[in-house]
Formats: sequence, C-alpha cells, structure tokens
Amino acid sequence: MANVFHIVVCSGIVPDPLQTLEPAPGPTLKNEMMLPAVLDPWAASALYEGAALAAKHAGSKLWLLSLGPKAKLQQVMMTVGQKVPFEFVAVDGPLGGFTDATSTAAALAEAIAAIPGLDRTKLLLFGGWESASRGAGVTLQVAGELLGISDQFQGVDEIKVADDGSFEVLERIEGGRHQQSRCQGTPAVLGWATGNLPEPRNSPQVGMANMRGIMPALQKAKSVKLDANSLTYASVSLPKQQRETRLVRDLSPDEIAREIVQWIAE
Amino acid sequence: MSAELNSEQTEVERQQMEVDIACVGFGPAMGGFLTTLTRALAEAAGDPALESHAMPGMPLQVLCYERADDLAAGVSGVVTAARAIRQSFPQIADAAVPMLTPVTSEKVFYLLDPHGHSRRSLVLRAADVLLKPFVKDAAFALPYTPPFLEKHGGLILSIGQFNQWVGTELMSTGLAQIWPGTPVAEAIFDGRAVKGVRLADQGVDKYGAPAEGYMPGMDVRAALTVVGDGPVGAVGQSLDRTLGLPAGHATREWALGMKFVVELPEDTELQPGTVWHTFGYPEPEIFGFLYVHPDRLCSVGIFIPSWLGDPARTAYRYLQHYMQHPLLWRHLEKATMRSWGAKSLAESGLHGEPYLCGDGFARIGEGSGSTNMLTGSGVDEAWATGTQLAEGVLELLKAGKPFTQENLDAAYVARRRQSWVEKGAQAAKEARNGFHSGVISGLIGMGLAGLTNGALAAAATPPAAHEQISPLRKFFARFHSEKIAEAQQAARSGARTLHDSLLDLRGWPAIPYDGRLLVTQQDALLMGGKVQAAAGFADHVRFRDPALCKACEERTCVSMCSGQAITEGEGTTPAFDREKCIHCGACLWNCAHSSDGRRANVDFNAGSGGLHSAEN
Repeated sequence: MANVFHIVVCSGIVPDPLQTLEPAPGPTLKNEMMLPAVLDPWAASALYEGAALAAKHAGSKLWLLSLGPKAKLQQVMMTVGQKVPFEFVAVDGPLGGFTDATSTAAALAEAIAAIPGLDRTKLLLFGGWESASRGAGVTLQVAGELLGISDQFQGVDEIKVADDGSFEVLERIEGGRHQQSRCQGTPAVLGWATGNLPEPRNSPQVGMANMRGIMPALQKAKSVKLDANSLTYASVSLPKQQRETRLVRDLSPDEIAREIVQWIAE
Repeated sequence: MSAELNSEQTEVERQQMEVDIACVGFGPAMGGFLTTLTRALAEAAGDPALESHAMPGMPLQVLCYERADDLAAGVSGVVTAARAIRQSFPQIADAAVPMLTPVTSEKVFYLLDPHGHSRRSLVLRAADVLLKPFVKDAAFALPYTPPFLEKHGGLILSIGQFNQWVGTELMSTGLAQIWPGTPVAEAIFDGRAVKGVRLADQGVDKYGAPAEGYMPGMDVRAALTVVGDGPVGAVGQSLDRTLGLPAGHATREWALGMKFVVELPEDTELQPGTVWHTFGYPEPEIFGFLYVHPDRLCSVGIFIPSWLGDPARTAYRYLQHYMQHPLLWRHLEKATMRSWGAKSLAESGLHGEPYLCGDGFARIGEGSGSTNMLTGSGVDEAWATGTQLAEGVLELLKAGKPFTQENLDAAYVARRRQSWVEKGAQAAKEARNGFHSGVISGLIGMGLAGLTNGALAAAATPPAAHEQISPLRKFFARFHSEKIAEAQQAARSGARTLHDSLLDLRGWPAIPYDGRLLVTQQDALLMGGKVQAAAGFADHVRFRDPALCKACEERTCVSMCSGQAITEGEGTTPAFDREKCIHCGACLWNCAHSSDGRRANVDFNAGSGGLHSAEN
C-alpha cells in the first residue's frame, strides 16, 4: 500500500544574514522592515526535504506555513516559490523571533488545523530545529503538542520511510553523532537540522505554478496578534566580531589551516 | 571555446513557457512600466481586450525577471526631481518608503586639493591658490546652483528601498509577477524580431559547460519583450549585437558611480534633505555627492568618468580620499559604514540610444539611453520611459494591434519623443563633449549647454571607451620606467595593486584605516558589500582574446573592478571570482584593448548574485 503524507512545513522569515543587523530594545532589530528577508535557513532545509519526500510518495501533499508581515512574506515567496512546488498558507503577524513562542505556536497550530483537506492522521509537521534569527527553539514542539502529536524528533538530518508507513529518523546528538529512531508512523513532528539536500535551482515553471496559490493565500491571510506582555527584554547584543583580512596566493590549504589555528590560539 | 559552447547550447532541448509580456530587469524603468500597466489592468478587469492570449481566460500574463537575489538589492542612493515618479505616486513623500526624504537644501562645491597630489592643470592650481585664503574646509561653495542641476523640490531616495516598496505594491495587485534571482541570458530572435527571452543555464561549470544538476535555461516566449536591464544588461547587449545601433550612434561614454551609505554620528549637523554636488577632487574630472537621508543615514560617493584617461584609475581608493576631504571629513570622521556599492552609468545619452523598439520588443530606462548627463538625472527619466511604454502598450492592446515595430513606434517612441525626457536629452546631447579636451573646457561646455538649453555646446566626437584610456607608459611618462616596472611586478606578485602603487608614486597619502569608514576594499566587501553568487552558474565575465591580455600593461579592468573580483591571474589573463562580483559592469568599458576596434576585450554576460545590501 502506498504511503501518503500530508507534510506541513512551518517556516519563519528572517533578515537576510548578509545584512548589517543591530539589535534594538524590545523584540525588534533596527530597520528590520527595511532589510530584505529570507526563509529561515533551517526551515528551508525542512522545506526541501519535505518536497523530496512528497515527490517520492505519490498522492502526498506539501504545505508551507509562514507567519510574518504580508508584504515581507510576499517578497520572500517570490524567491522561495521558484524552488519546490507547495501550497502556501500565510498568517499575517509581526516580524521576529523575539515574540512569545507559545502564542506563536498557538497561531501556527490554529492555522494548521484550519487547512482544508489536511488529514491529520497523515500529518508530518516539519520545521527548523533552530532559527537563524531569534527563535526560542521550542515553537515547533509546542505547536506539535497543541495538535496532539507526541512523536517528536529534533535535529533531524534524514528520514527513511519503510513500506509499512513506519520511518527511521536520524537525529543529531552530542559529539557529532546521530541517534537513530524508529517511529510507527504519522503523525509526527520533525525539526530539521540541515538535511542532506542541496538548495534546489530556481525553476520558472514551479514559480508560475506556486504563484497561483501564493497571492490568494496572502489575500486571505488571517491576522494574528502575538502576546507581547509575557516577556521582558533585559538586553540584546550581537556577538563581537574581529576581522582580519589578508590576501594570499601561494599558500597550500594546510598552511592556511595552520595559520588560522595559530590565529585562533592567539 | 565560448562560441562552440553557445552553439552547442542552442541545440539543447529547453523547456518553453508562453506569456504575454516578458520583462527583463526590475529597476525604476520597469517599476514605472509595471505600475502603469497593472493599474490599468486592475481598472479594466474583465475587459476582453486585456485578457491573456498566452493563457486564454486568464488576465494578461506579465512576468519580470531580475538577476539580483532580491528586489531590494539596489545599488544607488539618488537625488531626483521626481517629476515622473510623483505623477505615478502624488503622495510619495508621505508614503512609508524608508530613506526617502524631500530635498531641503542644495549646494555645489568646488573642492580644492588639500594635499597637492591631485593631477591639476596650471589654471586649476592657480585657482586653488587664489581661493585658498577665502574658503573654509578647502571648499568653495558656488553662490548658486545652476538651474539645470537643481533638484530642489525633489526627493532623496534609496533605490533599493524604493524598488522594494514599488515591487511590493505591484505584486500585491496580483497582476504582475516579479522573479528575482533569475538572470536572463539573451533575447530569442526570429530574424530581427524578438520572440521572448532565454533564461541563463543552471548547473553548469564556470565555462558554461553542463555539470551536475544541469538545467538549460528556459525559453520564455512572449508577444512583447520589455527590456529594462540597464546599461550592461545581457539582453540589451544581445539586442545591440544582433541589431546593431542606429546609424551614427555609439556607446562611448561611461562612468562608474561608487558610494558608501554611512550612519552619521548622533551630533551630526547635517540635516535630512541636504544635497551637495562637488567637483575638483580627488581629481578634477571626478564629480562627487553627499545626500542626507532620514535617521542619520547619508549617501556619499563619486563618479569616475571614462574620460579620466588614467589607465590605473580606481574608484575605491579615490572614494576613500574623497571622504577624507576636509569639507566632508568634518561630518564623516565619526561616521560608520553601513553599506557600499557601485554601478556603471551609460553617459552617451542620445548618442548611444539603441533601437527603442522593434518587432516584439521595446527598450526602456538607462539601457535605452534615457539618462540625462546634463542634469545628472536618470531615475526619473527611466521611470518616465516605463510609463510611456505602458501607455503605448495599453493603447495597442485595446486597439487589438500587434506589437510590431511600426505600432510600437507610433504608440511608444512617439510619446517619448514628444515628452520632457526627449527635450532634456536633446539639450544634454553635446553637453559633455568638452571634457574630452579638458576639465575647464568641459565645465564651460556643460555650463553653456545648460544655460542655453543645449543651443550652445562644445563640438566633439568622443573616442571609443577603450581609446579613452591612455597607454600606461605614456600617462606615467614623468616617472622612471624602473619605478613603473616595480609597480607592475608588485601587482603581478599580488603584493600591492598597480593602482595603489602608482597613486603612492604620485605622492597620494596612505589611507589611515579606522575599521569603520576607512577600510580595505576586501573589508568593504565583507562589511558593506554583502556579495553572494548562487552556485551552478557560469562565470559572467570572460576575457575574449588572451593575447590582448598578455600584451596589456594597463590592467585597467583590475584597477576599476569595484569588488576586486578581477585580479591579476596566475597566467596572463586576469582571474575572475564571481563570488566577489557586484555586477557593476565596469570591466566592460575599462579595458584598454580591442580586437575589432569597437568592443573591448571583456565580455560581461548574464550572471547570478551580486550585492545583498538593501540600504543602497
């Protein structure tokens, strides 16, 4: 019997990591609305893995659920929409991962529960196990719990599906090793690390097909207000950076590595 | 090699897609086109004349492909009269466009040389001596801003932020799709008619040969192809190569604009809306600017023109010297770089105007020769040409007329010819000729043209861009040839770039790096450039004839490369690192050699990536 999955990928959007970021008091970054945004890279891995899994199992479906300001979501989807086919579900909300994880998870769980045609017995809830911006690292788990899903895996790098619908999951653990788990089947929550798939190439046809659903999804995006009172922000800062640039042409990789080690040691 | 590959690639089976209007390049011109078009489509919803032919029953299918990874990845802070932009958005000054502010004050400064190493004529040296006792900060403020330069009542903008805002407005209509991260390789021709565009191949090696994950670029076929990919765009170049330019036209004059966006200190005296135009320093031929945005952000930069014949000209180091001029340094000393970028400007105006339309295509914006070099204005003109084309396209659609050259001539080109854009272009046509004879004659010629609306101007036929670059030995003849040879050797060994050595030789002071504003060019890439290139695309810069590179002493392509993406190679041909390329296109016109007398020895093709900065 064919395995059919209903995969929902939860993904936030984060400022393009190449931008100059400056924390500001409260749950914001300076000029955050000015900065271009990208799909959170951890969740992007989840999206590509989800798309590959859906393509492998005929009849499966893939949804991308994202919470953020509509204008920013629209901008990000013009790039992400060219990568893999998905159905888009938008929730209009504030930017940033400093928002309260419980209320964010509640908004996501509510949006998932309202997806037409979603069979929750076949649900694989995907997302990133971390956020590249300011995630608390628990939003996906809480969303899973609110949906009543108790099988949860974090730091996932691989999923292998057996014929009977059960699957094996490789989770990252300490020491650069993986823990191998077996799960009887859906529903389950998988918080992805990097996975094994490269970023897909931009495909104009995929983009065109996705766009038919993206714009209507944005138009009917439900607006949510996340809890702004449960957290107080003591201080925020960026890691200190020290930059030294030197151009070298004739050094071997070994010599360069040796120099870097020496520099770090100093 | 590349010719063989190209012919092989044309035989590859490519996916095809049919749309109604395929657009290339999302800049101000395309913003104007799509804004005008989508507004009309929204107002006329249900009008069968505006329905799709490519997908019957659907609205007109309008797609725009943009090479940059994001619509905000712009590279220009500008001051503009905003005449056309305001026609489209009358309330734009009140709109929530970050970094936008009305112009409140405007000044023109002649900058004296504070350290005496600038290459000045006797007349300018005498002027400096006479002025010095009477001026502050080694700068003479002109008593008034010539009317042709004046932008009072206009706007200071960040093109990155403006593009982002316009793109969001557009896409929210659902009537146009804009796809960033999608370089377009060339136009698809049927004879002299354009039938659409071919996207760049993905999954290829640096030479363009198929590699892992090969995905031939799709053919997007369209009844109308709108080309707005700027002065160095691949599609515009493919049109020029195939169709040639109208008789007597040639693209000979260029400039590289390079700038920093800086955050001014909290106690800055500079007010939002301040506009300074400068000339005279770091070299007399180099014009500069300072625009103050809201929130203590400021754009400061220079233009390096092609007529600056120095073969070792360098935008980056000159910009570092420019910022240290006493007039600017007083305000910038405690400032911090937030962003940096550069772009080529097509400065030939009407002399370089290509065919504005043909069967199945139309060109808008800077690549269509719309930039006015007398008024120093391009964004507003570009926007205007986009709106003019949209009006023409709507007229043809409603009349059920096909997009033939004849119809586009009547509906678009005629509109453009009757507009203020054309009148301004006529006044500017000969305005800069004098600069080919010297700075003083250039300034006089520009002033005459400006004050007489183009009736009077210096006559000249500028040489081709590669001929404007002096031979190295001739330009630096006053230095001992051994010194030049040492500088060349240092450049070849990677110890010091040629332009740095030669500026040192001329006595220019070293840059006192402070890690905030005065930083090495490599650090500018990391701190302010934010450059990225997606994997799987071919090198978009190629050197055609290695023999010409081998004989080249000037290496101007290396000196003028904004991102140091072009460096002295291990062989005789310079090396190109596309992960540092910001797609400024300077290499295209900063090559001193040509095998055919027309084109320089560098090809600049479609490529992915570039700057990720949104604050430009």
